[in-house]
Amino acid sequence: MVGIVLVSHSGPLAAEVAALAAGICGAGSPPVPAGGTEDGGLGTSADLVAAAIERADEGDGVLLIPDLGGSVLTARLFEGPGIVVADVPFVEGAIAAAVAASAGGSLEAVLAAAEEARTFRKR
Amino acid sequence: MLDAGFFAAWVEEAARSVLAGKDRLTRLDTAIGDGDHGTNLDRGLTAAVQALADHRPATPGALLVLVGGTLIRRVGGASGPLYGTAFREAGKALGEEPEVSPGALAGALEAAVDGVRSLGSAAEGDKTMVDALAPAVRALAQAVREGRDVREALDAAAAAARGGAEATVPMQARKGRASYLGPRSVGHEDPGAASAALLVEALRTVAARW
Repeated sequence: MVGIVLVSHSGPLAAEVAALAAGICGAGSPPVPAGGTEDGGLGTSADLVAAAIERADEGDGVLLIPDLGGSVLTARLFEGPGIVVADVPFVEGAIAAAVAASAGGSLEAVLAAAEEARTFRKR
Repeated sequence: MLDAGFFAAWVEEAARSVLAGKDRLTRLDTAIGDGDHGTNLDRGLTAAVQALADHRPATPGALLVLVGGTLIRRVGGASGPLYGTAFREAGKALGEEPEVSPGALAGALEAAVDGVRSLGSAAEGDKTMVDALAPAVRALAQAVREGRDVREALDAAAAAARGGAEATVPMQARKGRASYLGPRSVGHEDPGAASAALLVEALRTVAARW
């Protein structure tokens, strides 16, 4: 299964979006949150992101979904073979990606599903 | 020729200079950002100095890669990945040579700025550290091409960096946290450009006494 890492400035925000995505998908491994700094403050920690990628990686690739600013730059440092950064809205993209991943989609399919979330209209 | 000792001295001088300028960087960042740039960069450079004290790599390239990795892990914010990438790319460009020429230094700093541009998708005029770094690297490369010695070349680079940082005052930010402020970002020097100028000036300071 494709792993998903949620990279946010806020630990609770990443954890809650991961919980929401897991609740909506039910099956499969939930997204792994990597939010905030190591001491629990606001910010992004490259070490926390590295550890989350390791946890999320089941061998089928990992999709990183950052929120904004430094989270995006930190996530992009980890881009490489099998690790892709999604340019998508944080909440909608995380849920779309989690649904596609739990259905057994490839990394490309999970990324495409997340990118579709950019066009979800609310009215 | 510049050896690992020169680059270690640069990192120490940069840490001293950022510590001395911490309050100013914080003031600049409070005006158009979240006010933590001075503190964050001070923490990162202090950690880099400590990392070099614990274990100083033998080559300039390996030394700069180690500093870059430390900055990525310890600075935080957007400037951690950006400065970390700059140092790592410079280090990679220097390879495994035990000593580097001014020309190789200019090439390495060009690689550093390319790395920052690429990671941050920033161009000159966006009101970022690129506005200080890009003119500095151009000035350095030109001075080296003209055959000037490393001190003169780094004098030119430091002046260009400072001028580039000052030129960000009237700009409206198009990248980074300050871009959320739109027109209200005009009238303030960009804190990233200001710290970038400090780093280039530190290089000049070290070369002057080398």
